[in-house]
Amino acid sequence: MLKVENLHAQINGKEILKGINLEIRPGEVHAIMGPNGSGKSTLSMVLAGNPAYEVTDGSATFYGKDLLAMSPDVRSHEGLFLGFQYPVEIPGVSMVNFMRAAVNAKRKYFGEAPMSATDFLKMMREKRAIVELDNKLASRSVNEGFSGGEKKRNEIFQMAVLEPKLSILDETDSGLDIDALRIVAEGVNKLKTQNNATIVITHYQRLLDYIRPQFVHILYKGRIVMTGGPELALELEERGYDWIKSSVDGKED
Amino acid sequence: MAKNALTQYIDLFRSARNIIDSHSSPVLNSRREEACRVLEETTLPAEGAENYEHTDLEKMLAPDFGLNLAGVNIDINPAASFRCDVPDMQTMLYLTLNDTPMPPAPGRGSLPDGVTAGSLKSISLEYPELVDRYYGRLASISNPLVALDTMLCQDGFMIHVAKGVRVEQPLQLVNILNNGRPLMAVRRVLIVLEEGAELTLLTCDHTQNPDVEFLALQTVEIYAGPNSRLDFYDMEESTERTSRLSSLYLSQEQGSNVLIDGITLFNGTTRNEYHTVFNGSDASLRLLGMGIEDRRRHIETYSYVDHKTGHCHTDELMKFVVDDESIASFSGRIYVAPGAVKTEAYQSNRNIVGSDTARMFSKPQLEIYNDDVKCSHGTAIGQLDPMQLFYMRTRGLEESTARLLLKQAFMADVIDGVRLDSLRDRLRLLVERRFAGASSACSSCTRDCGAVRQDGEPGAEV
Repeated sequence: MLKVENLHAQINGKEILKGINLEIRPGEVHAIMGPNGSGKSTLSMVLAGNPAYEVTDGSATFYGKDLLAMSPDVRSHEGLFLGFQYPVEIPGVSMVNFMRAAVNAKRKYFGEAPMSATDFLKMMREKRAIVELDNKLASRSVNEGFSGGEKKRNEIFQMAVLEPKLSILDETDSGLDIDALRIVAEGVNKLKTQNNATIVITHYQRLLDYIRPQFVHILYKGRIVMTGGPELALELEERGYDWIKSSVDGKED
Repeated sequence: MAKNALTQYIDLFRSARNIIDSHSSPVLNSRREEACRVLEETTLPAEGAENYEHTDLEKMLAPDFGLNLAGVNIDINPAASFRCDVPDMQTMLYLTLNDTPMPPAPGRGSLPDGVTAGSLKSISLEYPELVDRYYGRLASISNPLVALDTMLCQDGFMIHVAKGVRVEQPLQLVNILNNGRPLMAVRRVLIVLEEGAELTLLTCDHTQNPDVEFLALQTVEIYAGPNSRLDFYDMEESTERTSRLSSLYLSQEQGSNVLIDGITLFNGTTRNEYHTVFNGSDASLRLLGMGIEDRRRHIETYSYVDHKTGHCHTDELMKFVVDDESIASFSGRIYVAPGAVKTEAYQSNRNIVGSDTARMFSKPQLEIYNDDVKCSHGTAIGQLDPMQLFYMRTRGLEESTARLLLKQAFMADVIDGVRLDSLRDRLRLLVERRFAGASSACSSCTRDCGAVRQDGEPGAEV
């Protein structure tokens, strides 16, 4: 579904991604790991279309269409979802209105009529249950005053509502205690089908105990320097990143 | 005397004094001469002068507006087709066409005992002593806009609420501008709340001919007696060719609680002045304002809050969104006198500049002469947060929709300050529509004219 080739991107003139190659097929779960500053969040921002980042080379196609040519909203309609590492607070915009706007924007994109109020509220109820999100959060402003755990649960709630084909979860585990981590991970697993795929960006093996990837990629200095199975994450947990850094830096020298 | 835009008004006054007087009342007439003398000895503050940084009064007053000094009836009775459009809000409705109070709309209820409301001229003929006690006593005649208003105004709106009377039903004053050729309307509003009185007043300014130039000049004087409560909402929904010069003066006695909310949804060139003073302790003022500006619209807000006495509370919040080539300016000062201990005063001005060519100016000021106070002031001018925009777009919202929601959200705290539930809900909708580019034709208090021009201005009734 997603094919990334030789992707280069920069922000404020600084090149962060230096040739990413990645292919994701339906039903797969990929983990992207790597030390701080390796470009993990940049990759997620570029794939989701953050205009602050500039793609300087390479390509990304999503079901054969040029992903990089699409606006962020069209990427969303086509089935791409980004769960933010730092979900953005939007004071004054209620979660309910935000989600209604999102759902109806997607329906409009596919030529469908807006969802009725009853159906919408019913859907909200069902989706909230997936991540045990409190009803009162839905009537509050988007992420405003939410705890760290609530914000991350809210991301998965939005993912449940939008039913994406490919979800990129950027450090969804950061700032979560063990219970919240379990709820979030179980939410992600409940939404998993043979037809959708997930990219999990994380620092730690911990999340991968819950969300089990078939592929683990190690991103370092803007490139994927190693790809393996779940055992690679375990090895990282044990040995850290230094052996990878030195092997890559050694080759560069 | 320097030749300035005031000259034509002074000349008019001198030559038409008899006509002006004969269509007004002795109390109003008794203040004209002094006002004229002030104007003869003054020149208008130039654009850029202290407190007039971005308003060119000369230019605003220069056109040859007609004045309806003889009170000629225009052959329109807006009351006949007016429909108040705030659901669940039953107001006592008063209408002014240009500067002439109109007969009551059919079905208007009667006022509670102890409340006198309606034409300032009529009330001052009936109760000259009452009006004389308050009229022109608070507004500073050295303010050229007040002097001009005092010299020329022949009528206006007055409400007097007697001691202890609580007016449950909100009063609504709708000022309609409608004329075939350029017109200046000179209005006056006098609000007097005796001890313990309570009132909610909503005024709405509307212009019905988008192609005609209008100037609305008004002076508002408000006396809030001890332990009184006033909620005053002042909404403008006019046109790009309408100028508005409003000078509001408020005096608050001990324990009074006043909310003033200036809402500018559509306008041309506007200057709103707020001069308030605390004359007793334990009084509170909430001073709110919002302006939504686009195209070449222009708004300047000036406020001076005088904490003359201690133990009073001010909460001032002014917010503006400027787009296209519009200009907004805020200049506010909170003054805390040497003896005004235990003052709490907060001033905040926050703004969003939505285009490269729009301009926002802000001058927040605090002047404090004692140590025992809690005060703050601040201003922020920024753009919509790109990260918020991006976040919303990743959820499928188009950029225009995301911008719309963020601008609406920006105004949320001013809207939440509205204490009248039905008006708050309505205002939320109006602001939403305003940002969505809709016209004001279906707002809380325009007539249900149905004639909306394609350019988004409210249209004239056909």
